[in-house]
Amino acid sequence: MAEMMAAGKQPELLFWVGCAGSFDDRAKKITRSLAKILHACEIEFAILGQEEACTGDPARRAGNEYLFQMMALQNIATLDNYGIKKIVTACPHCFNTLKNEYPELGGNYEVIHHTRLIQDLILEGRIKMKEGGSFKGKKITYHDSCYLGRANGIYEAPRAVLEALDADLVEMKRCKTKGLCCGAGGAQMFKEEEKGSLRINQERTKDMIESKAEVVAAACPFCMTMLSDGLKEKESNVKVLDIAELIVQQNEL
Amino acid sequence: MQYIQAIIFIAVTLVTFYFFFKKGKEIYNNIQLGRSADIQNKGGLKSMILLALGQKKMFQNMIPAVLHLCIYVAFVITQIELIEIFLDGFTGSHRMFFHAVQGSMAGEGMYNFVISFIEVLSVLALIATVIFLVRRNLLRVPRFVMPEMNGWPKMDGNIILYWEIFLVFCIFLMNGADAALYPGKYGFLISDNIIAPMLSGFSEGTLHFMERFGWWGHILGVLAFLNYIPYSKHLHIMLAFPNAYYLEETPAGKVENMPNITNEIKAMFDPNFTPAPVSEEAANEKFGAKDATDLTWKNLLDAYSCTECGRCTDACPANQTGKLLSPRKIMMDTRDRIEEIGEGIKKEGKEFKDEKALLGDYISEEEVKACTSCNACVQECPVSINPLNIILQLRRYMILEEAKSPEEWNVMFNNIENNMAPWQFSPMDRDKWKEELEEAE
Ligand code: SF4
Ligand code: SF4
Repeated sequence: MAEMMAAGKQPELLFWVGCAGSFDDRAKKITRSLAKILHACEIEFAILGQEEACTGDPARRAGNEYLFQMMALQNIATLDNYGIKKIVTACPHCFNTLKNEYPELGGNYEVIHHTRLIQDLILEGRIKMKEGGSFKGKKITYHDSCYLGRANGIYEAPRAVLEALDADLVEMKRCKTKGLCCGAGGAQMFKEEEKGSLRINQERTKDMIESKAEVVAAACPFCMTMLSDGLKEKESNVKVLDIAELIVQQNEL
Repeated sequence: MQYIQAIIFIAVTLVTFYFFFKKGKEIYNNIQLGRSADIQNKGGLKSMILLALGQKKMFQNMIPAVLHLCIYVAFVITQIELIEIFLDGFTGSHRMFFHAVQGSMAGEGMYNFVISFIEVLSVLALIATVIFLVRRNLLRVPRFVMPEMNGWPKMDGNIILYWEIFLVFCIFLMNGADAALYPGKYGFLISDNIIAPMLSGFSEGTLHFMERFGWWGHILGVLAFLNYIPYSKHLHIMLAFPNAYYLEETPAGKVENMPNITNEIKAMFDPNFTPAPVSEEAANEKFGAKDATDLTWKNLLDAYSCTECGRCTDACPANQTGKLLSPRKIMMDTRDRIEEIGEGIKKEGKEFKDEKALLGDYISEEEVKACTSCNACVQECPVSINPLNIILQLRRYMILEEAKSPEEWNVMFNNIENNMAPWQFSPMDRDKWKEELEEAE
């Protein structure tokens, strides 16, 4: 972003990468996929790069309101400094925080989740779907991220993208409003679960396997980790792929 | 005899209404013990009509929704007959509405239609009630047999159902005896055609007694029910309405802001910052909630509205995987605690204090920590209750006031503070993915 600013340019879109997307090796692949899609659609976008900081979501949900607001106010200052108007992110947690929680602290942006953006790009014909791509007819199921689904009512966009792949979309027994959490939200990602009979992702793994899908589509880097771990433990060869990755693979971007 | 009945009736009615309103006022006062709630976008009449009157969210589960609807509609429509019963009771008359329209074909037809309609609904309600009893006690549906349902909550659920059966029995006894006493006078669908023939062997005196027994049984049952409701999970038949009205309609993922913290942080960033004046209440506020009185009045209204149905707990990922957390228990504990505080204040006055608190004595830290903030409980609740909101307030207290966060969370907090990310990576590496992208190309 700083470079664009120096060149006197104002990008139409800011890509908020998020911490998982920046540091987690698996999630970095999602980040690169989204970047490829944006490039392919010739959308000029910027990133904050090293100036981006955690939105504070895990801190807030772990009860540390101080830390959350420190991060939020700092990020808002950075975003406002660059005059950012529109943000896309591949992380439902960043999405929720930026969209719903920053306005109260003075940060007002148009925030869009990447599944929505990809859906729009397909509708507008800017992403040209290849006929008979690698996912045609494959059984794919979609795992609803809590922060996309129940928290923000986005159930259709990711499914619409899967339909555009010509895949055979199958639903798990718990989906949409009744979708089962992967176990990562509410800052659970950062600690062991409390005592219980199972881990939450083990419970969700049962649903994934039961659905008989070959690919589980996800739209959240934290779900990605949880679901992949759950499947790995069961030595299942079901793959978990992000919606952005599916688009990149299908169209060989 | 008629006068004596009327006098007894008036006396009983006045006494029961007095106690009902007294308890109602206590509950109102208890709810007012909560702090003020900043409800930015309340559901209003629309959500009251859809969610409470229309029971929209009940229909997420079809079978219980239809059964529940039978009882609900029967309950509401029976109020028409109840009005007549009340008026008869006050004036010592008998079937006042019928006599008012007697002689007019249309009037009598209307009367018979309404009563017959109520009779049909009552039968449907009876069937639903029996199924509910079976489901609760014989089928042992998981959400009804969880530990927090042991004892009183379980009994409460059953008492109401038996009560319902008793009320329906009384209605039919009353109508049936009436129909047997005056064949051809009325035309009640079920009483005239099914029940009266069954009663035809009884003497006139017995039938009169049965009619009176049914009448008194029904009205006393209703009055007793009225006084039972405020102590029961059945309070939801009243509070579901205001609760839907005050439902906050912001996206479910948004967590309530703490403006006093914003002020502190702004002041830290900018020494010249002068905070917007905050109310005295806000300034004295603890960070987060330790006790029921630290919660908002909406949280407390939620607690009183809870039907203990367990849909929330059934959907809770933590509960499903054997964790202690149960969102229903959160609501039940909150209600029990605020009732306890209310009782204390009644006895000892406003200064009442005891050694207990919601967090610790009722709800354990382990429960509070286990929540993934997935909103499944909020989504499922048919009466617009938000258990997650309470959990997060308790968490705030644990972390901000008691510094009791799990060690792993402390590590995460430190990382965010120092590395701008919840993991220990250098902020310098944040855009490394880009190089890897370029390399790949
Ligand atoms: S938000 Fe928390 S309490 Fe509610 S269902 Fe999810 S994990 Fe359970
Ligand atoms: S909070 Fe709602 S869903 Fe949960 S038990 Fe109470 S009424 Fe049922």
